[in-house]
Amino acid sequence: MISAWIEKKVSKEFSLEVEFSIEEGSFVAIAGESGSGKTTLLRVLAGLENAKGELKVGQTLWQSERFFLPTQKREVGFLFQNYALFENMTVEKNLLFVRKDKELAEHLLQTVELQELRKKYPSQLSGGQKQRVALARALMRKPKLLLLDEPLSALDSAMRAKLQNDILRLHKEFNTTTVMVSHDPSEIYRLASKVFVLKKGKIVDEGTPKEVLLKMQGSQKFTFSGEVLEIYKSDVIYVVVVAIAQQIVEVVVSSEEVGKFYVGAKVSVSAKAFGANVELIE
Amino acid sequence: MQVDFTPFLLSFKLAFVTTLLLFFIALPFAWWLSQTRSKTKPLFEALSALPIVLPPSVLGFYLLVLFSQTSPLGVFLQEHFHISLVFTFWGLVVASMMYSFPFMLQPLQSGFEGLKQEMIEASYVSGKGKLTTLLRVALPNIKPSLLTALIVTFAHTVGEFGVVLMVGGSIPNETKVASVAIYEMVEVMDYDNAHIYSAVMLVISFSVLLGVYVFNHRYKRHIGAFGS
Repeated sequence: MISAWIEKKVSKEFSLEVEFSIEEGSFVAIAGESGSGKTTLLRVLAGLENAKGELKVGQTLWQSERFFLPTQKREVGFLFQNYALFENMTVEKNLLFVRKDKELAEHLLQTVELQELRKKYPSQLSGGQKQRVALARALMRKPKLLLLDEPLSALDSAMRAKLQNDILRLHKEFNTTTVMVSHDPSEIYRLASKVFVLKKGKIVDEGTPKEVLLKMQGSQKFTFSGEVLEIYKSDVIYVVVVAIAQQIVEVVVSSEEVGKFYVGAKVSVSAKAFGANVELIE
Repeated sequence: MQVDFTPFLLSFKLAFVTTLLLFFIALPFAWWLSQTRSKTKPLFEALSALPIVLPPSVLGFYLLVLFSQTSPLGVFLQEHFHISLVFTFWGLVVASMMYSFPFMLQPLQSGFEGLKQEMIEASYVSGKGKLTTLLRVALPNIKPSLLTALIVTFAHTVGEFGVVLMVGGSIPNETKVASVAIYEMVEVMDYDNAHIYSAVMLVISFSVLLGVYVFNHRYKRHIGAFGS
């Protein structure tokens, strides 16, 4: 069990005040608007920032009123948003710098499919490749706690999916406890078993991704806004033609409603999630 | 005509020793300045930049007073170590180190400040201490700044005049460096030798600077070639 109680002033307006416990081996996501203290929380867990409070990982005390275990001694792996690779070292050296364990480095490079790039320097890699190196490097310490700070936000969706698989696979294989800051609901849904929602430094919601995300997304319906192109009568009903983005949609309205529409009006078209049709586009 | 090259050798010996010692002194200080969040930082920055603004004669005068046989420091050094820093080569080294300190410090500091902080933190998270991080991550990633610091310090020491004259005087084979020698030649109107000495200084200085700029240009192109 990882238990934490943390207090830290983040800005003039608010301070981070959280208390939570995480089961060892679980995958936790921290969601919330930007500037809500998510990254700060992650950095405090890693020992990269000072804070008041107490932090216990398993039987080991990492932090208390009078004690602060330095970052170097905390068994953490940290994935930064901008990869933070050592530019002066090759891919392989980046891993071996953490720990001289060639076998483990080999295995990790294989897992993230980068064996062929082992002699390359970070400046020769793409963003996705860089983050895979960073992920492998973070696991060289066999960390108890793997901390991911929006690691995929700068990548395209195909690369994102690949890295999500890598993260999940390594999380399971190394049996780490993983805490990930993320904006992306689908990412949280895929990876995490628990979500904390942070707002102005406080945890305002927690639960499984399903419970939390559906609440976060507001009412369960689709809404699109568009412009009325034409209104015509068909038998006893009226049809309003609306342009939504690149598409033209026909919507049926009753004779009582039709009076308020006119050509050029801005309208919104919506459908309840449970009443909507889902069709495969491709 | 016989040209005496001793003053040149002395100039380069002084510059070499100064650069070497200064590197080890300025490096931890530059690293500390780049990483600290202390409110005293501007104070230290201002102090270390003083030699840029102060006339060399002012710095030389204070050092002369400080090292002299009548000052507590001068007496202390003489009595306990039998060292005199006035009109000696090692006195010149100490004076040069003070005079050239900002030229070593500032490129290193700005190099370190230009590094991504996350890269430094990634090293800490990997379990590495400050010294390992400095030597194996930070320093190798600021090569152009490092080269600039070393070369500019070296060149600046070779080009020194005021401080050297104040603290060292002009003792042949001991403190009479090239710049002082040229000054004396002009004073006695030995323009032939002054021309030769000046031309040698000019050519060497230009070659050194050209070398630095060519290296930095290549290094940047090397880094930029792969994009990111």
